[in-house]
Amino acid sequence: MTTELFLHNLQELRHSASLANKVFIQRDYTDGTVCKFQTKFPSELESRIERTLFEDTVKTLNNYYAEAEKIGGQSYLEGCLACLTIYLIFLCIETRYEKVLKNISRYIQEQNEKVYAPRGLLITDPIQRGMRVVSLQSLQTSVCVCECMWSVEAACSSEAVVSPP
Amino acid sequence: MKNHEYQQIDPQALVTPTPTPPPRPLPEHKPRRARRRWEVFPGKNRFCCDGRMIAARQSGVLPLTLGLILLTSGLFFIFDCPFLVKHLTSCIPAIGGVLFVFVIISLLQTSFTDPGILPRATPEEAADIEKQIDNPTGSSSSYRPPPRTKEVVINQQVVKLKYCFTCKIFRPPRTSHCSLCDNCVERFDHHCPWVGNCVGKRNYRFFYTFIISLSFLTAFIFGCVTTHLTLRSQGGNGLVFALQASPASALELVVCFFSVWSILGLSGFHTYLVATNLTTNEDIKGSWSGKSGNEDVGNPYSYNSIIKNCCSVLCGPMPPSLIDRRGFVPSDDSVQTSPVEIELPAAKNDINMCTQGTKGLLETASRSPLLTSSCPQAKPQAVLEPLPEIVPEPPKTPHKHHSHHRSKAKQSAHHTPKTSNSSPRPYHSHSSRRKDSKNRDPKFSSLR
Repeated sequence: MTTELFLHNLQELRHSASLANKVFIQRDYTDGTVCKFQTKFPSELESRIERTLFEDTVKTLNNYYAEAEKIGGQSYLEGCLACLTIYLIFLCIETRYEKVLKNISRYIQEQNEKVYAPRGLLITDPIQRGMRVVSLQSLQTSVCVCECMWSVEAACSSEAVVSPP
Repeated sequence: MKNHEYQQIDPQALVTPTPTPPPRPLPEHKPRRARRRWEVFPGKNRFCCDGRMIAARQSGVLPLTLGLILLTSGLFFIFDCPFLVKHLTSCIPAIGGVLFVFVIISLLQTSFTDPGILPRATPEEAADIEKQIDNPTGSSSSYRPPPRTKEVVINQQVVKLKYCFTCKIFRPPRTSHCSLCDNCVERFDHHCPWVGNCVGKRNYRFFYTFIISLSFLTAFIFGCVTTHLTLRSQGGNGLVFALQASPASALELVVCFFSVWSILGLSGFHTYLVATNLTTNEDIKGSWSGKSGNEDVGNPYSYNSIIKNCCSVLCGPMPPSLIDRRGFVPSDDSVQTSPVEIELPAAKNDINMCTQGTKGLLETASRSPLLTSSCPQAKPQAVLEPLPEIVPEPPKTPHKHHSHHRSKAKQSAHHTPKTSNSSPRPYHSHSSRRKDSKNRDPKFSSLR
């Protein structure tokens, strides 16, 4: 019976920990190969953050990436100039894409400080994951695990381990 | 509540004391040098200048390419230019010099630039994908699981995304896994042994500049050498006399004669690809030309305007490199090399086992929060060779230009699957995969 209780608590622990662990927002390829993330709200975050805040963050990120990859006057100018200099200019100047990436990492840092950290979450910059996913992880994972584990250990040990209040 | 009561217990007493790593190593051991990420890069690549430059591990015939260009150009500048400057104009070495510089720089850029390598999935990401995929046949290390695909709709066109067993990701559209480099490369064009690197999203423009400028250079040298020999053989001297007077020109003539056709052909082929926004990979496989029997197929990535296609491919924004080569590997990163397993034994209820298990959970939660059980398929898949995406395949659709790709020096054996170490028949296995993919998991049949 003790073993069963232990296993039951362990499964609950795993379940809750996996939910509070990491959530990955995948890419949305409906517009082709441009960098765009799905705005669908993951069910694991329902109790953690408001839907609108999350969607705003992802939409802003998508707008940033669209701006970086926009093919227009400035990108043509940059491309033609680069071609004339046999692309050596890429070694000297910062491209528009790189500038936008810096803006993105500033934005993510700001979002983490203002919106996500107060809710116990943390967004990882997609560039650190090869632009494949936006990952959200729980800052409270370690605290949750600690609390759950004391109850698990109390269930599996036969001796009294609770210190008198 | 109960938890709070338990929290009064000193956690240190309950959990077996974790052997904290000593802040300073023992006197016998030298302090471990922090390693850069390129030193632990999983693909088959070679790095130079402390990770600043990247190339394929197999340099192919890049030394030959460089040697031929340098030799032919050198002979041209030494033996032909003086005569032509004296008899014609001094613009000839100037033009030749500019073309030569273009060729060499673009060749080096093509060879030593990251072609658009996608970093492999972290263990958490791989586990997340595995959770979404239901494998009804269960895990087995004795056979390869069926290929995993998911479909997306791009520009009213259904595109299948394949799962890469090596990189543990669903490949983005137009991405392919190069078995020679063992990497997934974005907008994969082909692996070019002449430049010793893959040609992909980030270095396609360098490659295109290289072949265009090389076409001009070979045609220019060919023309100048012909003019040189013609001028020398005038006045009743004859061609033999001219060749005897300038033997180097004969060698240049032979090299340029054989290379100009193949290079010009290749340039023309790639100009067509650029104008239609296709890759060599897609063209040879016939992804959008309806060869595979699909109706209503068209290239969903094309802008349907030649100028816009050219501009987007050649003058578009330069995407950044997605692999971090020069960053430092964290000291505890070795945990990620093997997936952390939290499979606690079910039969034992001993206190020590409990504390061991919970201690393991604590450590993993604080370090790398991966608490899901490791995927049993991950390891066998990593051992199995990935299905290669070598292009071009054995000549099913013979492309004259591509098969004569600088065949002046060697037969184009490099483009046959013999160079592939992983699978003898990539094309056949690929076609069998297409049949298998029809049995895909219905959960993945459509993705918004």
